[in-house]
Amino acid sequence: MSLYKYASPAAFYPLAGKLIPWFAGLATIFGIIGVYLGPFAAPTDYQQGEVYRILFIHVPAASIGMFIYVVMAIYGVLALTFNTRLSAMMMEALAPTGAIFTGLALWTGSMWGKPTWGTYWVWDARVTSTLILLFLYIGYMALVNAIEDKKRADKAGALLVIVGSVNIPIIHYSVTWWNTLHQGASVTVTAAPKMASVMLTPMLSIGIACWLYAIAISLVRVRAIILEREHGRNAAWVTAEFATTKGVAAS
Amino acid sequence: MNWAEFFSMGGRGFYVWGSYGAFAIAIIVEIILLRARVKHAQAEAMAEMLAEKSKGGAR
Repeated sequence: MSLYKYASPAAFYPLAGKLIPWFAGLATIFGIIGVYLGPFAAPTDYQQGEVYRILFIHVPAASIGMFIYVVMAIYGVLALTFNTRLSAMMMEALAPTGAIFTGLALWTGSMWGKPTWGTYWVWDARVTSTLILLFLYIGYMALVNAIEDKKRADKAGALLVIVGSVNIPIIHYSVTWWNTLHQGASVTVTAAPKMASVMLTPMLSIGIACWLYAIAISLVRVRAIILEREHGRNAAWVTAEFATTKGVAAS
Repeated sequence: MNWAEFFSMGGRGFYVWGSYGAFAIAIIVEIILLRARVKHAQAEAMAEMLAEKSKGGAR
């Protein structure tokens, strides 16, 4: 059995259906653990007081908002070079979730900034480049929706996302390149985290929950997109799929 | 720690719960909207399948 076969929407649809409950279930478990540990169990920060609890959701939201964009850009390259339909569908499925997490990163950052920095908003390099990321998501969705010919819409969307990916290293290194108000990285892959494990654990749990949620919701959305796009051109497998899906066939 | 103290978050409740609340609302809204989209897509596909069937039966 080859992995390549899952590049076909017809083969991917049932596979995604089998994966969704696992991702969604694990996301719920990690979410419950994280929300218990974060607002309830973690101690008060001696400098920031209680406000730092916002960071338990701010950091995961920001990192996922960025990472989803990277994944979209990779799918964009695949869509343009190999012309695979599923790549473009994955881009479309990921964009709303990426936009939501990026929006939440900005929102929670601003709710943290008011009591900490004294302002809801600053035109700081990291904050501004993250706002640009949100505009890139919105721009991509608007562009893809505005072009009627789906093939052209996919190509234009892929191009926009690939060109816009230049913004990702800018966000990532903004705290190093410029003297930003936004603090530098507290948690990196290469060094020991600069925070106590009693505070790191809730952030990681909520982070993992958000990751799994993002995967689950994108798989649900890509299945909807596959149905929307494929039922007109290739009804055979959709028919076969629905004939075997008891829940839908019965309704 | 009592509940009132917990919800006040040391006087920063507005910011903390404003963040967690927005997070929860965003996820709930995303799930509700997507559920509607899935239902719609499935209904369309079902309708098409039934139309195909009846066409096949008439032939």
